[in-house]
Amino acid sequence: MNFMALELRPLCAVLISLTASGLIYVLGEHIRPNAREGITLTAAVLKIITVYSMIPAVLAGREIRLELFSIVKGVSFAFNVDPAGMVFACVASTLWILTSIYSIGYMRGHGEKNQTGYYAAFAMCLCATTGLCFAANLITFFIFFEVLTVATYPLVVHYRDAEGTFSGRKYLAYTLISGQIFFAAIVIVYSVSGTMDFVPGGFITADMLPMPWALVVFFMMIGAGIVKAGVMPLHSWLPAAMVAPTPVSALLHAVAVVKAGAFCTLRVVLYVFGPEMAKACYGADILAWMAVFTIIVSSFVAMRKYNLKARLAFSTVGQLSYIVLGICILTPYSTAGALYHIVAHAFMKITLFMAAGAIFVTTHKKDIREMVGIGRRMPVTMMAFTAASIGIAGFPFFVGFVSKANIILGAVSMGKPVFVATLIASALLALTYLMPVVLIAFKKNVDNPEFAERGDAAPAMLIPLVITAVISIILGIAPNAGLHLFDLAVMAGNQIFMPLM
Amino acid sequence: MMTMINTFLATKGIYFLTLVLLALGVAGIIVCNNYMKKLICMNVMQVAVIFFFLCLGQKSPGTIPVAMDTAVKASQYINPLPHGLMLTAIVVSLGTTGVGLSLLLRIREKYGTIEEDDLIRREDLMTRKNKDGGDRK
Amino acid sequence: MIENIPVLIVLLPLCSALLCLALTAVSRNLGIFAVKLSCLASFVLSCIQLQMVVTGGTIHYAIGNYAAPYGIEFVIDSLNAVLLVCFSLMGFLTILFAENFGNEKRPMLVGAACAETALLITGILGMTSTGDVFNLYVFLEITSLSAYCLISLGGSRGVVSAYRYMLVGTVAATLYLLGIGVLYSVTGTLNMGDMREILDQGGYDGAMLTAMCFLIPAFGIKMALFPFHGWQPSAYTHAEPGSRPLITGVMGKVPALAMFRFVYCIYGTDFRFVRIGLILLGIFSVFGMLYGSLMAMGQTDIRKILAYSSVAQMGYISLGFAIGTPIALAGAFLHMLGHVFMKGGLFFCTGAIRYKFGTVDINEFGRIYKKMPLTCGLLTAAALSMIGIPPTAGFFSKWYLALGAAGQHEWIYIIILVISSLLNAVYFFRLIEKVFIRQSSELRTRWESEVLELPLTIIIPVVICFIAIFGLGLFNVRIVDILLMTLEGVGL
Repeated sequence: MNFMALELRPLCAVLISLTASGLIYVLGEHIRPNAREGITLTAAVLKIITVYSMIPAVLAGREIRLELFSIVKGVSFAFNVDPAGMVFACVASTLWILTSIYSIGYMRGHGEKNQTGYYAAFAMCLCATTGLCFAANLITFFIFFEVLTVATYPLVVHYRDAEGTFSGRKYLAYTLISGQIFFAAIVIVYSVSGTMDFVPGGFITADMLPMPWALVVFFMMIGAGIVKAGVMPLHSWLPAAMVAPTPVSALLHAVAVVKAGAFCTLRVVLYVFGPEMAKACYGADILAWMAVFTIIVSSFVAMRKYNLKARLAFSTVGQLSYIVLGICILTPYSTAGALYHIVAHAFMKITLFMAAGAIFVTTHKKDIREMVGIGRRMPVTMMAFTAASIGIAGFPFFVGFVSKANIILGAVSMGKPVFVATLIASALLALTYLMPVVLIAFKKNVDNPEFAERGDAAPAMLIPLVITAVISIILGIAPNAGLHLFDLAVMAGNQIFMPLM
Repeated sequence: MMTMINTFLATKGIYFLTLVLLALGVAGIIVCNNYMKKLICMNVMQVAVIFFFLCLGQKSPGTIPVAMDTAVKASQYINPLPHGLMLTAIVVSLGTTGVGLSLLLRIREKYGTIEEDDLIRREDLMTRKNKDGGDRK
Repeated sequence: MIENIPVLIVLLPLCSALLCLALTAVSRNLGIFAVKLSCLASFVLSCIQLQMVVTGGTIHYAIGNYAAPYGIEFVIDSLNAVLLVCFSLMGFLTILFAENFGNEKRPMLVGAACAETALLITGILGMTSTGDVFNLYVFLEITSLSAYCLISLGGSRGVVSAYRYMLVGTVAATLYLLGIGVLYSVTGTLNMGDMREILDQGGYDGAMLTAMCFLIPAFGIKMALFPFHGWQPSAYTHAEPGSRPLITGVMGKVPALAMFRFVYCIYGTDFRFVRIGLILLGIFSVFGMLYGSLMAMGQTDIRKILAYSSVAQMGYISLGFAIGTPIALAGAFLHMLGHVFMKGGLFFCTGAIRYKFGTVDINEFGRIYKKMPLTCGLLTAAALSMIGIPPTAGFFSKWYLALGAAGQHEWIYIIILVISSLLNAVYFFRLIEKVFIRQSSELRTRWESEVLELPLTIIIPVVICFIAIFGLGLFNVRIVDILLMTLEGVGL
């Protein structure tokens, strides 16, 4: 019985958010806002319990596989909980509950309209994210991937203004085109290989897809992933999508959607093509160089942005390319590092976004140049911001260090000095674009009358961002604290490269 | 050469003629400007197909398919099936013509004309005046 | 009783259609009630029949006990059993929906429209069931004639559209008659199965090619396949609003089924010129998919958008025929089923919006989702299905089409499928944008109620279409299995 329940848990995790989304959409306008947010929070708590409860089994190496029914002829709608998916699912579900609390503070503090649709779409996105974490084959993955694409759209256009509409169109143009090409690639992969199940180490062999076609199909598949992950030159929807309310930017454009892109890259490179094939068709190399380019260029662009959210958006673009780079180095270390960077970046970047949102709601400031001395008014927020910034730069004892160290280790073991240099340079660059914010905020000898009074953000916003900041420090000191996420990441890396060793 | 044409005309000539009739009908539907004439051409076209079927059923030493004492073998009768089919086709054609005529009456009632170019002009006018056309009640 | 099901399905709507006017004269609602009842009965019977076919195999029903090939035969294999369920359901929903659009002051006109709709359903169901090529012609004409009448009931533009459709439609029917005449002249039979056997003996290539030249344009016109679609946009746009879901959703599909019967069941894939025919069909489909979507982008009248989108969607179906493997054919038929509910559903929405606000211009659709959440839910689901976003029905039919194309190494078709979905996305997201994002417009509500956004007879079709779009998507394998029972034997 207990075994049965374990099998059903991934399905439960998906259904909880789906039900919440449906309930909110149908009931939202008819019940009090508190009850509506109650649904969100209850679902978030249930989901977090469900997801966490699977960790021991995964750590023990047990296979949790659930085949529901045939979704297309010959392929079933199946879930398979593996370490890599588990890492991402843990991050997404943990952050959902924190972001939900934050959202309540933000949306009410800001007096937003259309909150029902907002919460419904939010829950839907989480449903899709969890689904794609646990998807056992390409078609299940693709279904959730596309649901995520569509469910994010209402959040991007939340304000219903001209700018939002434009960003929404841009977002759809990027994601739908790449999604449809992904679809065509899945069809081709299925017709040449006859299977779609993710296998650690890949299932495509050189005789299925001869050389020029392997590269073409590789990029057709990877396109969807790197669009969502914002790898240059396909990144421009991401800064545009920052018109959405800050909690959306925080969870979706720093965690769920963009990480789904990175995760898609991981699945395609390591679970569909596999390290050998990815290397043989030069796909991994090309992608790694694209990531290097993105890391450097996005840092320089970020320096020139004075809107805090825009600066963070470009920082996201750069940080996500770390993950892509880590995947494309194709070593167990760098893969574990890349997976762990999903965790690390999520906690750090969400802290930064939440801080930006808290500043905006409390003082209505978006421009960095107007934030002189804001540390005096909002010390806690800015402390958290500082901690996260240092983490992004990759200082020891912060979570960013763990992941970057592993990626660098991988790069060293493969003998790629350029990648090592890029990673180190970008850490410095991250300092140059994030530290000025901190320095401006805590500038001495400035008496900005606006910020003279002490008045931090509302508790509903403050508490989540403090929690995430603290977690990002704890995980930096003890990467395995609590959920054993680092072990999971290492396990995933070993699984993939085991057959090769 | 002449014999070839002769045999062709003797065996397939009648089909050739029905095809000419059909082509005339289709051409008429395309070329005529007046909707009434189009309807007439439509009938011509249908008649062509009826001829075609009747020719199929015809054979020279056969008689009408009514049981007679003089003819006892099936081969002595012509094939009755095409006639039966064409009876249906004629009924259908009658129905179509009836619908067509009543539609014409309505067009005439609503637009005051059944000339195609006049109608197109009026429709354009209506579109420009009321973007929704005459459909909004 | 139970063995007469195939014919009862067709006869019940026919009887109610004939009785409808007389009953309307007695009492205003009696006629409509009779039609509703008969359509519901048809639907239930076709469900039973589907069950019978799945368990017991193909049903051959000889009408009046005149055995085939001399008598008329209804052949119900798994393919048209599924389609019959779908079409009769749509017929029933349309009848439910249509009663809201009658002119209250002229009850006889309402009765007449209802009778015509029932006749249309009869024709559609008959065409789907029949196994006799001439009987197909008769039902084709029943369908067409009732469609002319229904289109002409849609106002003065409707009359002209109906007249034009009638001219073109009659040309198509005549070409069809000529085509079967040619086939009859060499085989001497009108029964589809019998004809197949005789044609299989070989030696009829010339006649078959001639007949194909007549039949492809004939079906092309009737199903509004590019480039024969000229009549379609204005006819769909101006048809009588109550019956529009049926006309747009189902009417074009039945000739497609007939085309499939001719190409795959009568001619068979051994026919020497079948490749040429399929390539031609493929070219038509490809251009139709692109042309339909491009034209739809330029329209602001929602009915026109949907009409042009139908040209594109028929392209998907004929693309499946052009690819020709069982899996692609299954995709085409799945798309046929899905499209019935997508396009029908979108026209239910259009009708509902028009019923409530009296507008069809998408520029006036500002944020109506607040007032009509259910309708807009269906609108979104159907639009997503048209684009092919999982897990809606449209995605899965596209999947099978693409898989079939990949199996035949027709890469160009996959590229076109991708492009076509993106083009669909352009105008359907424009529609979604209008419904959800644009500034709310000042629309005068014509129908108010505290509890429901619309009358129950509109809500039921809307909800059923919504369920069907997702149901057909998630449980497509069951349907594809049933379809493949027939298709395995006929594809390439």
